[in-house]
Amino acid sequence: MKIKIKIFFIALLILFPFKSLALIEVDITRGNLSPLPLAVSPLSSDKDDQQALQKELDIKDLGLEISKIVENNLKKSGLFNPLNKDAFLQKPDIAHLKPRFEDWSLIKAQALITGKVNFEDDKLRVEFRLWDVLAGKEMLALAFTTVPKNWRRVGHIISDKVYERLTGEKGYFDTRIIYVSEKGPKTQRIKKLAIMDQDGFNTKYLTLGNELVLTPRFNPTNQMVTYLSYFKNLPRVYLLDIETGMQEVVGDFPGMTFAPRFSPNGKKIIMSFAMDGNSDIYTMDLENRIVERITNHPSIDTSPSYSPDGKYIAFNSDRSGYQQIYVMKSDGSKVKRISFGKGLYGTPVWSPRGDLIAFTKLHKGKFYIGVMRTDGKGERLLTENYYQEAPSWSPNGRVLIFYRETKTDSKGEGFSAKLWSIDLTGYNERLVDTETDASDPSWSSLLSN
Amino acid sequence: MYKNIIISSGLHMMLIFVATLSLPFLIKKPIDLPPIISVELIQITDQTSIPFAPKAKKIIEKVKKKQEKLVSEQAPPKKVKKEKPDAIPLPKEKKEIVKKIEEKKQNPEKIEDEVKQVSEFEKDEMFDPNSIAALIDKSKEEQAETTKKLDKVTQSQDPSMKLSGLTLSEEDALKAQIFGCWSIPLGLPYDKNLLVRIKLKLKPDGSVIKTEILDHARMNKPGQAFYKVLAESALRAIQLCQPLRVPTTGYERWKDLQLNFDAREMLEG
Repeated sequence: MKIKIKIFFIALLILFPFKSLALIEVDITRGNLSPLPLAVSPLSSDKDDQQALQKELDIKDLGLEISKIVENNLKKSGLFNPLNKDAFLQKPDIAHLKPRFEDWSLIKAQALITGKVNFEDDKLRVEFRLWDVLAGKEMLALAFTTVPKNWRRVGHIISDKVYERLTGEKGYFDTRIIYVSEKGPKTQRIKKLAIMDQDGFNTKYLTLGNELVLTPRFNPTNQMVTYLSYFKNLPRVYLLDIETGMQEVVGDFPGMTFAPRFSPNGKKIIMSFAMDGNSDIYTMDLENRIVERITNHPSIDTSPSYSPDGKYIAFNSDRSGYQQIYVMKSDGSKVKRISFGKGLYGTPVWSPRGDLIAFTKLHKGKFYIGVMRTDGKGERLLTENYYQEAPSWSPNGRVLIFYRETKTDSKGEGFSAKLWSIDLTGYNERLVDTETDASDPSWSSLLSN
Repeated sequence: MYKNIIISSGLHMMLIFVATLSLPFLIKKPIDLPPIISVELIQITDQTSIPFAPKAKKIIEKVKKKQEKLVSEQAPPKKVKKEKPDAIPLPKEKKEIVKKIEEKKQNPEKIEDEVKQVSEFEKDEMFDPNSIAALIDKSKEEQAETTKKLDKVTQSQDPSMKLSGLTLSEEDALKAQIFGCWSIPLGLPYDKNLLVRIKLKLKPDGSVIKTEILDHARMNKPGQAFYKVLAESALRAIQLCQPLRVPTTGYERWKDLQLNFDAREMLEG
């Protein structure tokens, strides 16, 4: 009987098959890679505040100027397309309270930045809001209070917050760049240490130009800079406190020291020490001044750079016959070659994210700036030129700054050295504005966290 | 003994019967069945030439009658003539039988709709555009109703259509639309598992009633900023794209839809 029932049900199933009504799924794997269109409305301010700020800073409309900084930063990132302010339909003061999203979506803005500037008790107060135009909701709202002179930094901090909210990664706008400022003909260059905001403003010179300076590098805390200069006609690693202007020679080495860089915690300096034609990598603890030898090889080992966790060191060496990039543990053990491409590899710099190593490559007379994964795989050359080197990472590990030199003509003229930046896509390459010719840039970490 | 043989032969007979019914190659198809129209072709014509709704058609006919005298030379062919190409050329008796079968399998309204479509295209140039524009809203409503009626028939009848999915052309049309609207956040890491699944509830015209991120809890978890950014960009794309380019038929099939946004392919370059 049971068998009959079973057979009956099987027959029933065959005769009346069920239709499966699963939810339809559509995979969206492609999209639009053009920068996100966004509107940066001028920050509004009352007439009284505007007049007071004009007296204080000699700037007619501070709200407009701050919005221009934000706009400029976001545009340079290559990820955003700030829309022309002439197309805006809503006035800044009303837009800040409650934007008419229809007006902003009409001009194709997907995000909107509004804000307000106040001047109270000799303090500048700036509040801003980030709106999702299509969803019609507020995404972020913050206010900052500072001394009026800091108004450019407020613009950079707003840029960072907007960048972070819209991309998911930290920004890099409230940062500074230290570099070697160069002046004069190629044979008699005057080189000074200079520091500026990442957008090229607020340049300050840290040395007078009496001595040659090279390869300045920021300490992670940004208070200190290590660089190469000459002491008793020998190249030596120096330490400079930016706040106080105090300088000192690092260690008392019998030979020359060069290519310095801080450890991630800022407590050590790693550098090359050369003597009798051999160059090896050393570290020096800045607290107890203990020097430690990391590599011991008859070849030239130089350009050391720590991984962000401090566990590994990347460096270049010619121990294989040609200059290549190697990675080892921070105690000098387990040395492993990671670059195997054609040409010479140098100046490895570990990304702050920890996932990539930037490098300079020389192949067939041309210089390349590229990146590879920490195991040496996935090499990508981002830019090619006659002469370029010394890449330095932005604090979020997305952009590289480096310097590029141009050829001199037959008369020995036309030489220049400029700073350039390029992002990891390799498409967003931009000239970085500097007052003079510039080389050897180093990007600081974020000033405000 | 005999009992067992009878049961066994009975079961065998039943199996043969079941196989005859369910296995398609055992069924002798009638030779004169109309050829199967591919779904893709139907979808494309539906999208490129949206038929007018029945109500609109009536009003259009009224307008046409008024203007008949003026445009007599360009008058459309008579209805009888138009029905001829679609009708099966069989004797009257046979035609009745075919109609009975069609009532089960085919949708008579669909045939009517196709007739309308032909006539309206011919009429298109003759009418005042203002009077047609006034009907657009109504026609949309009517269209939605008719498509609901139609989709039951097309799904069961057309074996080339997936039982629970969109056809290739429908899916491609939808994808192409969203590709254009989705601004991929370029700062996203390509090596992380960032798949945003969004469930949509749609109106018949493709506008979005409700969106639901399936892993919503992940959005507010610490360290999931990238996921949140991707999810928000996907929501913006849906907002920007709506009404979505959905098929004009089969609303029941796609009224609930899931979009899986995955940017890895693009970010890896």
